[in-house]
Amino acid sequence: MIDREQVLHVARLARLELTDAEVERMARELSGILDHLERIVELDLDHVEPTSHVVALENVLRPDEPRPSLARERALAGAPDATDSGFRVPSPGAAAANGS
Amino acid sequence: MSELLELTAARAAECVRAGELSPAEIFSAYRERAEADDLGAFLWLPEEPPRPAAATTSADPPLGGVPLAVKDIFCVEGAPTTAGSRILDGYRPPYTATPVERLAAAGAPMLGKTNMDEFAMGSSNENSAYMPVRNPWSPDRVPGGSSGGSAAAVAAGLAPWSIGTDTGGSIRQPASLCGLVGLKPTYGAVSRYGMIAFASSLDQCGPITRDVTDAALLLRHLVAGRRDPCDSTSVDFPEEIELPSSHDLGGLRVGVVPELSEAATIDAGVKAVFDAALERIEELGGGVEEISLPHSEHGLSAYYVLAPAEASANLSRYDGVRFGLRSGDGDLLSLYERTRAEGFGDEVKRRIMLGTYALSSGYYEAYYGRAQRVRTKIAEDFRAAFERVDLVVTPTSPSVAFRLGERTADPMAMYMSDYCTVPMSLAGLPAVSIPAGLSEDLPVGLQITGPAFTENRILAAAHALERAFGFDSSPARRPAAAAPGR
Repeated sequence: MIDREQVLHVARLARLELTDAEVERMARELSGILDHLERIVELDLDHVEPTSHVVALENVLRPDEPRPSLARERALAGAPDATDSGFRVPSPGAAAANGS
Repeated sequence: MSELLELTAARAAECVRAGELSPAEIFSAYRERAEADDLGAFLWLPEEPPRPAAATTSADPPLGGVPLAVKDIFCVEGAPTTAGSRILDGYRPPYTATPVERLAAAGAPMLGKTNMDEFAMGSSNENSAYMPVRNPWSPDRVPGGSSGGSAAAVAAGLAPWSIGTDTGGSIRQPASLCGLVGLKPTYGAVSRYGMIAFASSLDQCGPITRDVTDAALLLRHLVAGRRDPCDSTSVDFPEEIELPSSHDLGGLRVGVVPELSEAATIDAGVKAVFDAALERIEELGGGVEEISLPHSEHGLSAYYVLAPAEASANLSRYDGVRFGLRSGDGDLLSLYERTRAEGFGDEVKRRIMLGTYALSSGYYEAYYGRAQRVRTKIAEDFRAAFERVDLVVTPTSPSVAFRLGERTADPMAMYMSDYCTVPMSLAGLPAVSIPAGLSEDLPVGLQITGPAFTENRILAAAHALERAFGFDSSPARRPAAAAPGR
């Protein structure tokens, strides 16, 4: 079971702002889904190796040769707010200054 | 003109090579159909259709200039690419995805971008931020998802063929619900470069087509014999994809999995079509035997931990800084939180929350760690099964196409749509869905799976069965097309 506090904690980790209604709904829905998922807790998996990737690959490398990359202006073209040389964002410190 | 639209894509390409049709004729015929789309299948059509041969590298391209519907999850340079999400509204990528580039070079230029569940999360296409898609077989029903627009476009004859992506069933299930062929290749067979990431250890691109030959033809050029240096998880496909010609299943051992095909979640009508398909398999010389995949029933649980966990990490890039929507004023944190609150839809938020929870301190081992171990057991189950049989068959979807709105209130009911398709995804195996018959006048798909890189074997068996089933996927034979307004 997931309660309101846990939902708010996870939303903070996920950088998601939720409305009060969403918090309530999320608590209910996530609890329902986790109830179902908890069936895997019953399985005996003590000596089983985890699989993170199905294809056996190790150290896929390419020659370390300099080559042109995406031009700066093209990389910046889709940004909501850009300068000539980078992405513009509000100061992270603004949070403390606003007291929020 | 209507005869042209009845041709399979491979047949249309043959006509081009024989000089009976021109690529421009084919393109404009489909362009006209796509413009008249009233199913919500397309999200975008280019203002100026590309010259059909413009992107090709040869004068006589193997795909004949037959245009391709492209799921809106593939980046195409300069073309709006949204992945069905508001957060990417207006985004125009600076580069093109490898699958789109390879198929264009082989002579299949993009016809348009197709609708999808937001970030490929969904089984009904109702999670698109733009509009739902209707099933051409019955417009009050869903086409499946997440590649619902690609499937609806092909089933309605708005496109000759299409590509989609499959993480837990997103190619196979819509193909099943729309009476089409949908193939999820072996993980790593097709480059993921330029394909917007949902769950990177599971995502694969593949064809959705009217028949098995069209699927084989697209797959041949998608794998193209060499790995993509831009995707470090892509691998060299060990052989050329053949155009299937098999008419029987002589000597093939075919496994049936009671844990999947006899589960309570499988509708009786679907089961009846599946049982009839097993009889066809035996008539064609295949040996049917029961096998066990004891952990497959836990596939869904493992999948709905692993996929959201990977998604929660992949979707962290949508923060209002580098592309797409930006919202909020004041400090940086509120910019992140507000942008994501406004940009993401309900299902995407739900999965980000689920994934973040599963990866959070104190819960990681209980959920993510255990799910990864279940994944190992499922892959081992398949390995053991393939010691005894050459192929495994299951129903693709537990039900036929359901009604719009029927499952939107209950996330778990929606997730059950993936019951028979997630085990193969978790094991990275290739699987194709082909239409096997009708239940309630709606298509039912048969899923055929083999060991990694046995796409040729799967397609050969699918080809033989397709002939035996005699299912007609041509758009004119759809009830909705035959009787408009039904």
